[in-house]
Amino acid sequence: MTKEKVPARQDFDQLNRDWFIDKAVQVLVFLGGISAIVFIIGIFVFISREGLGFIFEDFSFTEFFGSPNWRPTSESNPTYGILALVAGTASVTGLAMLVAIPFSLGAAIYIAEFASGKKREFLKVTVELLAAIPSVVWGFIGLAIMNPIIIQTFNVPVGLNVLNAGVILGLMAAPIMTSIAEDALKAVPDRYREAAEAMGATRWQVIYKVVLPAAKNGLLGAVLLGVGRGFGETMAVLMATGHSINIPTSVFDSVRALTATIAAELGETAVGSPHYEALFTIGIFLFVITFIINLSADLIVRGVRKG
Amino acid sequence: MSANESNQPQFAIDTDKLNLWYGTFQALFDVDLQVKRGIITSMIGPSGCGKSTFLRTVNRINERLGYVRTTGEVKVMGENILGPSVELVQVRKQIGMVFQRPNPLPISVRENVLFGYRLHADAGRIPRQEQEDIVESALRQVLLWDKVKDRLDAKATTLSLEEQQKLCIARLLPVKPSVLLMDEPCSALDPKGTEAVEELIWELRGSYTILIVTHNMAQARRASEECIFMLMGKVVEHGDTGDMFVTPKNKETADYIEGRYG
Ligand SMILES: Nc1ncnc2c1ncn2[C@@H]1O[C@H](COP(=O)(O)OP(=O)(O)OP(=O)(O)O)[C@@H](O)[C@H]1O
Ligand SMILES: [Mg+2]
Repeated sequence: MTKEKVPARQDFDQLNRDWFIDKAVQVLVFLGGISAIVFIIGIFVFISREGLGFIFEDFSFTEFFGSPNWRPTSESNPTYGILALVAGTASVTGLAMLVAIPFSLGAAIYIAEFASGKKREFLKVTVELLAAIPSVVWGFIGLAIMNPIIIQTFNVPVGLNVLNAGVILGLMAAPIMTSIAEDALKAVPDRYREAAEAMGATRWQVIYKVVLPAAKNGLLGAVLLGVGRGFGETMAVLMATGHSINIPTSVFDSVRALTATIAAELGETAVGSPHYEALFTIGIFLFVITFIINLSADLIVRGVRKG
Repeated sequence: MSANESNQPQFAIDTDKLNLWYGTFQALFDVDLQVKRGIITSMIGPSGCGKSTFLRTVNRINERLGYVRTTGEVKVMGENILGPSVELVQVRKQIGMVFQRPNPLPISVRENVLFGYRLHADAGRIPRQEQEDIVESALRQVLLWDKVKDRLDAKATTLSLEEQQKLCIARLLPVKPSVLLMDEPCSALDPKGTEAVEELIWELRGSYTILIVTHNMAQARRASEECIFMLMGKVVEHGDTGDMFVTPKNKETADYIEGRYG
């Protein structure tokens, strides 16, 4: 468009080439950006297609969400109730947040408001490193270290339970929550702190009267992302929960998570069987839940940036 | 106002050989200043001469930066605020500060006014009626009440800049400070806002000791009774504003006032 208007001088060609490069880069970046979306939609379509057979043929809403009995391999009467699995995932995630919120909030406040210079950089790098520990390692810690500790300390028969998985998952989610919470605290303009201090607020008063309220959306976003992480985590919970179907009544009950169920059973099912399709339906459910959680976290965090 | 009691010191701010370093950079050199109680004193000088630094030393807000070192003495209402037994919270209750860029907190107008009061009130709730009275009286003193009385629960950051700056002054008043430090309080405002805030500062005269930094010669001349001229971290001249602008004693002062400095 613009090139017609440019007078034909000796730099015309060069301008033309720049224009093409510019366009080419635009197209490339666009393709790169769109491909992520295409992949996600593709994955969702795939999961849906595999799960749809179940939804339309064997699916009973009340059984699926209302029954605690997950017995897909029963010869005579297979049942597909995920209530116990949802309870397992929810209890572990809930406990994980109880562990992770104080840790990550404390760490974020310390890093953002108190540490300075080298100490701050060191802590930030450490947090990033912790966030990069593979989940199977956490699962191993749960299995090999937490398990005997829990058995000894609380004098219970098994140490693979809600407590174990909750603590492991909490420690696992804390670093990423710390990073996001710290960003949220750092985004609070310094002049607010200065104003409050000049009026005589102590450092703690500045934090809880000014900084935390101003950063509350970002902090909420951090928690939601932690919850999303908890719902989606597979390997560590598979290893640390005990993997037995239960609606837990105490933190010492073993449970089984939605994700772990898929991971453990998918390989042993016949492709296209109701069991196989039911696992994919769980996948759809997880996908929708994590999507909603992450989306709201994102919207909330975005809200902070604007307001 | 307690300002008229006879046992009060003559000077609101009295510094003795005040030196200040940012790391290894010295920003104030042997500053000896006596700011009289109950009047408006303006502080002028080219950019970077240490005006803000001086103000920020008087309420010790400079200490937020870990690398600031101070020697000498700063007495506020007769008490050395750099002393080891001094409570920072009390210092800042005595000394209110208004910043160059209006910085109301991101909470409601009402809560902004009550913020300082709540900090210094003894533990416990402040009765509703008392809150209302405090808010109204503070906002009336800064000539803002009529404009915002219907917006007390709106976020303070939604006010206009002029209103924000007035609010920043209003929120200092409930704790009854004796000194108000103002660092170029009008520089972010348009001419109308500047005029309004200047008028307000003039209204507050007498009730408070006001030390105001300004780059605006006309403002210093109009709005202050005494004037301090600083240059490169030192006080060059301090005296009656009228005298200083008509017959400056120093050549540097004369040059600066006539606009021959950067
Ligand atoms: N935080 C800081 N760290 C290091 N040096 C600083 C800091 N703040 C100010 N300075 C230096 O101290 C000197 C005095 O600065 P100050 O801000 O007090 O000047 P000012 O008179 O208020 O200038 P202006 O009129 O531009 O506001 C300047 O040379 C400045 O570079
Ligand atoms: Mg300044």
